[in-house]
Amino acid sequence: MQSRTRNIYLIPYVLWIVLFVIAPIVLVVYYSFFDIEGHFTLLNYKKFFTPVYLRMTLSSFWYAFLITVFCLLLAYPTALLLTKTKHKQLWLLLIILPTWVNLLLKAYAFLGIFGAFGPANALLETLGIGQKQLLFTDFSFVFTSVYIFIPFMILPIFNSLEELSPSFVDAARDLGASPWTTFRRVIFPLTLDGVKSGCQAVFIPALSLFMLARLIAGNRVITLGTAIEEHFLVTQDWGMGSTIAVFLIIAMAIIMILTGSRR
Amino acid sequence: MRAKRKLANVYLIVIFVILYAPIFYLMYYSFNSGGSMHDFKGFTLEWYKEVFHDTRLFIIVLNTLVIALLSAAISTILGVIGALAIQMLRKRQVKNSLLTLNNVLIVSPDVIIGASFLILFTIMGIKLGFISVLLSHIAFSVPIVVIMVLPKLQEMSPTLVDAARDLGANRWQVLSKVVLPFITPGIFAGFFMALTYSLDDFAVTFFVTGNGFSTLSVEIYSRARQGISLSINALSTLIFLFTIMLVVGYYFVNKKTGKSNGMGVRGR
Amino acid sequence: MKQLVRVFATIFIVAFGLMFLAARLNMTEGYSGNNTLTIYNWGDYIDPDLIKQFEKETGIKVIYQTFDSNEAMMTKISQGGTTFDVAVPSEYMISKMKEEHLLIPIDHSKLPNLKYIDPRFMDLSFDPNNKYSIPYFWGTVGIAYNSSMLGGKKITNWNDLWDKDLRNQILLVDGAREVMGMGLNSLHYSLNDTNEAHLQEAKKKLASLTPNVKAIIGDEIKILLANREAAVGVVWSGEAAEMISENKELNYVIPKEGSNLWFDNMVIPKTAKNIDGAHQFINFMLDPKHAAQNAEYIGYSTPNKKALDYLPKNIANDKRFYPDPETTKKLEVYENLGKSMLAHYNELFLEFKMHRK
Repeated sequence: MQSRTRNIYLIPYVLWIVLFVIAPIVLVVYYSFFDIEGHFTLLNYKKFFTPVYLRMTLSSFWYAFLITVFCLLLAYPTALLLTKTKHKQLWLLLIILPTWVNLLLKAYAFLGIFGAFGPANALLETLGIGQKQLLFTDFSFVFTSVYIFIPFMILPIFNSLEELSPSFVDAARDLGASPWTTFRRVIFPLTLDGVKSGCQAVFIPALSLFMLARLIAGNRVITLGTAIEEHFLVTQDWGMGSTIAVFLIIAMAIIMILTGSRR
Repeated sequence: MRAKRKLANVYLIVIFVILYAPIFYLMYYSFNSGGSMHDFKGFTLEWYKEVFHDTRLFIIVLNTLVIALLSAAISTILGVIGALAIQMLRKRQVKNSLLTLNNVLIVSPDVIIGASFLILFTIMGIKLGFISVLLSHIAFSVPIVVIMVLPKLQEMSPTLVDAARDLGANRWQVLSKVVLPFITPGIFAGFFMALTYSLDDFAVTFFVTGNGFSTLSVEIYSRARQGISLSINALSTLIFLFTIMLVVGYYFVNKKTGKSNGMGVRGR
Repeated sequence: MKQLVRVFATIFIVAFGLMFLAARLNMTEGYSGNNTLTIYNWGDYIDPDLIKQFEKETGIKVIYQTFDSNEAMMTKISQGGTTFDVAVPSEYMISKMKEEHLLIPIDHSKLPNLKYIDPRFMDLSFDPNNKYSIPYFWGTVGIAYNSSMLGGKKITNWNDLWDKDLRNQILLVDGAREVMGMGLNSLHYSLNDTNEAHLQEAKKKLASLTPNVKAIIGDEIKILLANREAAVGVVWSGEAAEMISENKELNYVIPKEGSNLWFDNMVIPKTAKNIDGAHQFINFMLDPKHAAQNAEYIGYSTPNKKALDYLPKNIANDKRFYPDPETTKKLEVYENLGKSMLAHYNELFLEFKMHRK
């Protein structure tokens, strides 16, 4: 009896899971067994294992990996240095603020910035490197993606750094550990949870970027998201689109289990 | 030591410059009389005038704000409940599978979310418009809140709760006096992320909106065919400056009155 | 806890306040009244002044909503849940919508201005007797290029694009039918070809174009070409007209081998509430003066014969955008190839996109 009243407040969350997670998954799995004419088939799954889709999967993972690594490399020092500034909450908010400006607008701005006559090339020119094609390259794609995702990496890391009790660091120092050792042995392991949730928040959505792949990479980078978008919106082959989605969901589940906390 | 400090500052400055570069780029061209985001021809305030005369645009901004605030607030509440539920589970397997279910919406491409929500709303007989957009924004913001709150809950040592119990606190008191204050930073972080997701979303809204209801990102997208009209730049500039003022102002007012920085991601 | 409650209470109060304000504004602007007309059109595909004029003349308040692909539009209309009184799909989508009974027949007696439409564009195969659709704009697919960036070189046909000098200079529109059609046309096949050997041949040919392709994108081609980011673009005619008005160095050509001819049409979807208003709107847009004004604003070609008299001479006589019957004879309209074939086209296009330099 007691456990029943205890769990009553869980209803909204469970309801959310059932309505907006389980129902769509069921729909997606259901659709994945139908071909474009509406007949039951397993062909979609067979098609996923053809070179075209496997290569696409591989490249999606590769780019998502790159994006996550660069995000982490840039975000960790930023978060660490932010915790040492005077008005750290303010600075953190100022990191989040740019994300409130519409993504599409920022993408268009990058289109201008990386353009042949844009400021990025002007900078290269003055540095004596000379004009380069920046737009529609892997570089601009990864750069812009990192730009978009980095606040989602900084925030959880910042939070876990804030929770870190300074006494641990002091203790390590007192025991004669160098700053680097302190970082490697004390600070980093203790903020691992923040790093993990940051990586999840970046890697997983990065798998299915399609807007940036089109605008900034000019479809020179094809991700699973591009294919899904095309199947759902253009060919209306919902079966194949759903099949790819099923694989994305499985991939996500595996990632979650691998990075799942041991506690 | 000082050199190090300097290096650190340079690093932070570079990060901030890059983060704000595209935004300043947008702002700069909002004053361009040339009408496009290249070739600065001359200074003009024409685009700002256009914004102030466009009531429809103003309604859309209001819609966007209402959806963002409401969906972020409601999804934060749902997400906190969800995180508490996940934390309560003992079995690791169950916990992980619930967490996976939770994250499905983060991994799913917007297009799928949009399409499946559209089907869902049709089945449920919900008219497309404000309600359908609000529901979908709540739906896709919940998981990010859970992700933000959960690490906080895990950091909380069980002894804290036990101690409170020993002191005779009932479940509600433990929750409101011990747990919630401890995870407040995570809650605010989750709220801000939810707000961000909602303001940023385009694809899902595009699918589930209808009957004249529109949000800013959908409007921007539909105006983008011509190359974005600079009045959108002007509008973004205004909104951006307003938000910055709000954030900075709020921060310092709070600082002065000596209260905790409520808007801050930490505060207690 | 107290702090949390306070913050969240404030958020809710602010949100409801803003909601109230929005509702008030909607009311005073007339968007929430009964006398409204919802138009579902491509983004930026009508002169906003015409909407204002229509509102003034009829007292009907127009709600303008946009879509970015025919498929997205059809999905929304077939799902119901929202009212659209007038929509503007392309021709191949009309036969699909007819098949799924999504359209309401148009009452020609309510459209006195219909007589101004060029008979060339009436009674076409996708909608006999124009039972369900009225032409809105038409155009072609072709090549826009910057002759000064190419050193004065001229482009006249598809095969010119394979020139080695164009390395990394071509922008392609992100559409399977357009790009596959270009491949097929360059081999002198029909762009509605369904012969597998021909399709594979076209794919192979397209793959060899890869080194010349800079990007495959959407409407941004317009900005990029006008900006001299690239020298050549495969685009729709109206986009080209707009670019040329911005950058005089640009030129547009309908390739010799043949290309696509398309029509966008006004229809009344079955979700319509204000059917009378929809007819009024269609008739309003058929008025030669309005059609001319719209054509001048958008840059696409109007099917309204009388409207040509109101257009500036240099537009109405521009062979690039109003090609003579000789040229149009070589152009083909997309046929509805059926879902599976369309999916196959897309699959081939996807493989082309993935082909690395």
